[in-house]
Order: sequence, then C-alpha cells, then structure tokens
Amino acid sequence: MTDPIKTDCLIIGAGPVGLFAVFELGILGLSAHIVDNLDKIGGQCSELYPDKPIYDIPALPECTGLSLIENLQKQIKPFNTPIDLNDRIDEIRQEQNSWFVKTTQGKEFITPNIFIAGGVGSFEPRKPPIESVTKYEGIGIRYSVPDKNYYLNKNVVIFGGGDSALDWTVELSKIAKHITLIHRRDEFKAVNHTVEQMKQLVSEGKVTLYTKNQIADANGNDDHLSSVSIKSTDGEIKSIDCDEVLIFYGLKMELGPINDWGLNLHEKQIQVNTEDFQTNLPGVFAMGDISYYPGKLKLILSGFHEAALAAQEAFRRARPDEVLTFRYTTSSTDIQKKLGVK
Amino acid sequence: MAKIKYIEFGGTEHEVDVPTGLTIMEGAVKNKIPGIDGDCGGACACATCHVYVGEEWTTKLPEKEGAEEDMLDFAFEVKENSRLSCQITVSDELEGLVIQMPEKQF
Repeated sequence: MTDPIKTDCLIIGAGPVGLFAVFELGILGLSAHIVDNLDKIGGQCSELYPDKPIYDIPALPECTGLSLIENLQKQIKPFNTPIDLNDRIDEIRQEQNSWFVKTTQGKEFITPNIFIAGGVGSFEPRKPPIESVTKYEGIGIRYSVPDKNYYLNKNVVIFGGGDSALDWTVELSKIAKHITLIHRRDEFKAVNHTVEQMKQLVSEGKVTLYTKNQIADANGNDDHLSSVSIKSTDGEIKSIDCDEVLIFYGLKMELGPINDWGLNLHEKQIQVNTEDFQTNLPGVFAMGDISYYPGKLKLILSGFHEAALAAQEAFRRARPDEVLTFRYTTSSTDIQKKLGVK
Repeated sequence: MAKIKYIEFGGTEHEVDVPTGLTIMEGAVKNKIPGIDGDCGGACACATCHVYVGEEWTTKLPEKEGAEEDMLDFAFEVKENSRLSCQITVSDELEGLVIQMPEKQF
C-alpha cells in the first residue's frame, strides 16, 4: 500500500480550464495533479470539436480546439504537472483541512484544494435506451472493443457510421466470421478512405451493410445473445443472428459520482460564489462549464478567469502561513524563474 | 416571437412564446419543459435536443446542415422529421410550430 499522493491542488478534468488552472497555480508556486477519464487531454475541445474553429479566445482571432489545447500544453510545460488519463475521481472525503481523494483505478491523494473543471461531466458511451439492449450489456453487447481477438471467428453486428464503427468494421473483418454493419442513413461520417475500404469489403461479401436501419431489440436466452432486431426507416423489422454486437453511437456527458459529493447543484452544474469560485464545500472549487453562478456564461474565457481567481484562494489554503503578494508575469522575476525564462 | 407548441412523449402539451433569435432548444430549456436536454449548450455537439417537427413543417424549416445530420446519427429513434432543436432559430415565420419530443434523449 503506497501513501496517498500529496499535491497542493487536485484538478478534475484536463480540458482547457483544467490545463490553464495549472498555470495560475504554478505561477503562485503551487503544485497540481490532473485526473481525467478520457484517454487524451483537451476535454470537449479534443473530443467534440478538435477541428472546428474557435473565434472568441482573446488575442487569438482564430484557432481550433486542438491548437488551443496544444498551446495550453506549451504554456504549462514548465510546471511538469502529472496528468493521469483514463481515470476518474470516485470519492472525496474531508480530513481536517484537507481532502482525501480516491480514483476508480485506486489512486489516492491528499490535497487542500480540489478544482472541479469537469466540463459537463465525464464522457460515457451513448447506450440505446432499450431494455433488452441493457440486459445483454457485457454479455454480447459492448460499446468498445476489449480485445480484438475476442471477436475471432464470431458473427458480429456493428452499429454506427462514424470513425469507430467503420474502423472496427474494417479491422474485425480480418478475423471475425462475418460482420454486419448497420447505419441509419446512406452517408457516413467516417473518413472517406475507411468508407471506401468498407464498401470494398461489402462487394467481396465479407461485410453485409444495412443502411436506413436502427437498432430495435436484442434477443436470446438468459446469458446468451443470439440475435438483434433492426428497424428500417419504413418500419420494417428484420432479425439478424449474431454472437456479438458493438454499438458506436458516440459519447455523452454524465455528471457521474460528482452528484454524490454533497455539492449544491443547479441542474447539472455546481453552484459557486463569484469571489473565489468555491462551492459549498471548503477547498472544493468549480470552474468552466461545470460551474454555475448568476450570469454564468459557458465560455472558455470565463473558465480562464474563474481558474485565476480560484488559484488565489487555493494558495491561502495551501500556504496558510505565507502572505500572497500579487505579481504580474511581465515584471516578476520570481514568476519568470518559475516559467524557466532565461 | 412565435408561439411554439412542445408536446412531451407522454402527450403533455406546453405552448409558450419564444422570442425571435432563441433556438427551439433554448425555448424549452428556459421554460423548463422536460424532454429536451441540450447538454452541450447548443453547439450541435451532443444530440440531446432531438425532436420531431410536425409533418407540415418539415419543408418550411431551413434545411439541416451537414453537422446536424452527422450529429443525428447519435440520437435515438431518428425519423424523417427528426431535427436537433438547437439548430432551429425562432422567427415570426415559425408561429404555431409543433414540436414533439422523443421517448428519450440518448
């Protein structure tokens, strides 16, 4: 059993606001540790709109979700902040003036400050709200590929028209017995190259394609899936025998365990004060899209401001015996040293 | 401004005046009408504001753009008259528009 990791601030979420919080904490001399449940940094910027343009970042007339994140990464590089991906904070517990934090992977932290910069919550696979589909989740129906070889010589039905659905159709067609791909329309969102590969596989008979169809039902006995039913745009139902089903309907956002921490919520957002962006729990701050206060705007630039103010109070909590003096990056040699300016 | 009728999946009707310039999604969320979530805030990035528009309105509304059609792939029980309500902006011409909510947002 290893000791909990000590940090001045645990940041939940590696989106633009979580990343910028590292900077604001860092120039005050505070350490940070980020945890995010996605497999890459950037939050919604990387997950939802990596290539879409953003025009409202001050002094950046135009950037993309991806380039914004790359620049933030550059900006916080001097602080060497650890970022744990594919992990999620499940539990927080107050211990005197600190917080004990535990992740899904079992990692533990002790910290005086928690910054919740979790966007609109954590991304979870979108699951069809059909009872029979829920019943076979994990025993025939999956939302990601655990191990490619699991699909060896199996009859697989794949739902979706995006990159994940098409990539796996092409990839699994090499080892599965047969693949059936089902999509709700004739056009595919996936990159052209993969769509062409898929069409080639259809013409070779390795993949069967049904467009203008959606999932309707899953059938089988208690512990074994045997077929899925699909419904066409015209309302026609067809049953397809299969061993395994993969559903790729993208990701949705859930507040998840944050719901259970005793925070005052405003619908799906966390209530904070506008002085230091603390929640009703001392030392727990919320910023970015997940925070709420009168007049709140879900803008990246608002999140940056919120992080800067929260960092000031975080300093007072982490260094109760020290005096915080406000300094500008332009003129403070101390800050510039922290940033590695020579 | 236009009077918009939102009908929940269960049949409950809500008739509200939605100011010009707001989206159909915002009209529902601001009036606390259940059945439209709008998780991403209207960025056409989540498909939780999926609705069905009254049959006679499908041709009167501005056509779907590519991003909306792509995002509809992620909605549940998509039909010919499916739209993402964050992509429909209210104007006087929409007076009397009827919106039906799906059984569930994904």
